[in-house]
Amino acid sequence: MKVTGSEALIKSLLEEGVDTIFGYPGGAIMPIYDALYSYMDKVNHILTRHEQGAIHAAQGYSRVSGKVGVCFATSGPGATNLITGIADAQIDSTPLVCITGQVPSHLLGTDAFQESDVIGISMPVTKWNYQITSSQEIPEIISKAFYIAKSGRPGPVLIDITKDAQFSDLNFKYKRCEKIRSYHPYPILDENKVSDAAELIDKSKRPMILVGQGVLLSNAEKELIEFSEKSGIPMASTLLGLSAVSCNHKNYVGYLGMHGNYGPNVKTNECDLIIAIGMRFDDRVTGDTSKYAINAKVIHIEIDPSEIDKIIKTEVAINADAKEALINLIPKIKKRSHEGWINEFKECDKLEYDKIIDKEINNKEDKILMAEVVNKISNLTKGNAIVVTDVGQHQMVTSRYYKFNKPNSNITSGGLGTMGFALPAALGSKIGKKNREVIAIIGDGGIQMTIQELATISQYKIGVKILILNNNFLGMVRQWQELFFDNRYSFTEMENPDFNVISDGYRIKNNIVENKKDLDDAIEEFINFKGPYLLNVIVEKEENVFPMVPSGESVSNIRLE
Amino acid sequence: MKGKGIYQVKGSEKKIKEYTLSVLTEDKAGLLNHITIIFNRRKMNIKSLNVSTTEVNGVSRFTIVVNSTKEKIIKILNHINKLIDVLGAFLYEENEIYFQEIALYKLSTKIFMKGDIVEKIIRKHGAKILEIEEEHTIIQKTGSKKETQNLYNDLDKFGGILEFARSGRVALSKKKRKTINFLKELEKTKSNKLNI
Repeated sequence: MKVTGSEALIKSLLEEGVDTIFGYPGGAIMPIYDALYSYMDKVNHILTRHEQGAIHAAQGYSRVSGKVGVCFATSGPGATNLITGIADAQIDSTPLVCITGQVPSHLLGTDAFQESDVIGISMPVTKWNYQITSSQEIPEIISKAFYIAKSGRPGPVLIDITKDAQFSDLNFKYKRCEKIRSYHPYPILDENKVSDAAELIDKSKRPMILVGQGVLLSNAEKELIEFSEKSGIPMASTLLGLSAVSCNHKNYVGYLGMHGNYGPNVKTNECDLIIAIGMRFDDRVTGDTSKYAINAKVIHIEIDPSEIDKIIKTEVAINADAKEALINLIPKIKKRSHEGWINEFKECDKLEYDKIIDKEINNKEDKILMAEVVNKISNLTKGNAIVVTDVGQHQMVTSRYYKFNKPNSNITSGGLGTMGFALPAALGSKIGKKNREVIAIIGDGGIQMTIQELATISQYKIGVKILILNNNFLGMVRQWQELFFDNRYSFTEMENPDFNVISDGYRIKNNIVENKKDLDDAIEEFINFKGPYLLNVIVEKEENVFPMVPSGESVSNIRLE
Repeated sequence: MKGKGIYQVKGSEKKIKEYTLSVLTEDKAGLLNHITIIFNRRKMNIKSLNVSTTEVNGVSRFTIVVNSTKEKIIKILNHINKLIDVLGAFLYEENEIYFQEIALYKLSTKIFMKGDIVEKIIRKHGAKILEIEEEHTIIQKTGSKKETQNLYNDLDKFGGILEFARSGRVALSKKKRKTINFLKELEKTKSNKLNI
C-alpha cells in the first residue's frame, strides 16, 4: 500500500498500540499533523501549551500505564524544548518515543529556519536517537524505537524526521522489531549468582531490602512481597520505588534518603546485608559513600550492567530483570522471621514520630504545615490516589506522608529533579489512568514553571486535582540557605500572582485556604469534586523538612531537628 | 569495617595506566560522537583514536587509547557497551594486544641530501622513504609511539622537519577470536526477550 511518510508514521504508531500522543505542531512537522487529521478517531492527540508540557505529560502517562509515552514536536525550538523532559526520562528510566520534525534534508546543516542539530543535542540524554531522511525507513525505525524504549532498562528515544521524508511515498509494511544484533536488553540470569545470594540471605542476621523503581518497571511487586514475607526481611524504598510496596505492609519500614525516614537511613549502617533491587545508589540515598553500609555485604539485583559496582561495591551482583531474579531467588531461600530486627525499625519510627511527625500532623499552631495537608489527603484517599509531585519541600513532605497503597502511584521527577514536572505529568497521568484519582501536589515555585498547562487541563477537561502548597518561597533552597548559608536568603522569596485569579482565567474551579479552620472542608471538596480543581493552600513560610541527611554526610548523621 | 563506596577501591585499580579500548560497532553515522561524549562527560582525554573497517562488512572498529585508572575506565567501558549500536567493547592492557602506529615526517630535501647521515638514521630506525620531491622528502615509520618519537628526535637534531603527523593506534587482541564468530554468538544469544 502506497502512503506518504507522514501517514506511515501514524500507521506505525497505531501498529504499536499507541492511543495517545502529546504534542505541539509547527512548520517542520506539519505533514505529520496533516496525516494525523485523518486518524483523529483512532488516536487521541493532546495539544499542550509548551513542548516541555507535552513531554512531561507523556512521562506521566507512561509511568502510570506502563506503556510507551509518545510526543510530537517541531524542529528547532520545538525539539530543544523537549530536552529537559528527555533528560528526565533518561535518568528516571521512562520509556518514551519522541518524534521531532526536521527541516528538509537538502537544508540540513545550512542554518535553515528552525533548524537545530537535535540529534547532536539529544545524544547524551537519549537511550537511542535517529534521523530519518527517507520515508522508506519510517516503519522499521519506528518499530526499533518502540522496542528500544520499552525493553531492558527503559528510556527515551528520539526520532527526527526531515520534512521531505514526511512528504514522500513508500510502500507501507509493518513488522514489529523483536531483536537488534547489537542490543541485548535482558541479560541471561546466572543461577550461580542467585544461589550465592540465597546463601548470604539465609546466613544474614540483620538484612534489609532496598526497593527501587526497577521493581515497578518489571512488574515484580507481587514477587517482592513474596520474597520479603518468606525471608522475613524488612523493605525500605527509594523515592522512585515508592508505591511498589504498600506503606501498610508489615515488613515495610519506610522511605530512604536525604529526607527519608529515620529508621531505614540509620539502619543502613547497622544492617549486615543489603539486597538492593532495581535501584542505583543515588547520592541522595547513600550520602557519603565511604560511610555507607559499613557493616553490610551488598547483593545488587539490577538489569543495567553499568549500574553494578558503579557507586557501591557488591558482594553478589545479579544482572537480570528484577522479576526474573526474584522468581528464581524465592525458592532458594529459607523461610525465616526477623521480628527483633524489624522491631528495631519500629523503635526508630517511634522516635521520629515523637520528634517530628506528631508535631507536624497534629500541629497546634495557627499556620498550616505541608505535612498536615498531605496527611489529610492521604487519609481521605486511603492512599489509593496517584500522586504527582514537583521538586522541592512539598515533594519530600509528600513522599514522607502520603501512604501509598497501589503500585505506580508515585509520579515524580527523581533523578533530574525537574521543577515544572508535576502539572503536565499529572494531566498525562490522568489520561493514562482515567479511572484513578490523580492529585498533583506542587509548590508555588514549580507550578509557575509550567503553569500554561492549566489551559490544556481546561480545554480537555482533564479531571486532575491540583494542590499548591504555597509558602511564597523556593522552600528547599531557602531551607539550605537557613541551615548551611547563614540565613542568607539569596533570591528565594517570591511575590506570587493570585493563583486563584489565574485559575479563574483558565476556567478551572478553585479555592484558597488561609486559615486552618477551613482546611478540612476545603480538602474534602477538593477531593470529591468531579473535574479539574485547583486548591491554593497558604502554608507556613519558613518550614524545614526533617529528618535530613546533610549533603555529603553519612546516613548515620541523619538529623531529626 | 570499611565502607563500600566508590572511593574504597583496591590500590591497583587506582593506579593510572595506559589502556586500549577496542570497540566493535555497527557502521552508523554519529557513533563517534556517541562514544566521545562518554569520555568528555567524565573529563577524560583521549590520547589516540582510530576508526576503521573490519574484515566483516558493516562492522567498524574504534581503537581508543587513554590514560586512566582501571576503576574509571571500566565504568566508561560499561557505558560504551550500553550504546545501542555498539556490538562489543573490550579493554586491554599493553601486553594483551599487538599494536602499531604510523608516522610521516616531511623533511626538506636539501637537508636530506646533505651527506648520508640522514639516510643512516632512517635505516637505523627501519623507516622508509616514501617520496623524494624537489622541495621535500617524506619518510614513513611504523611502530610504537616511542619508536616513531625516537626517529623524530633523531631527525630533529638536523632541523628541517617541516611537518610531522602520527596516526592513532591500531590494535588487535592476542586472544584467539574471530569477529565473525563473535557476531554469530551475538545473533544466537537469547537475551532479546524476557522469558518469564
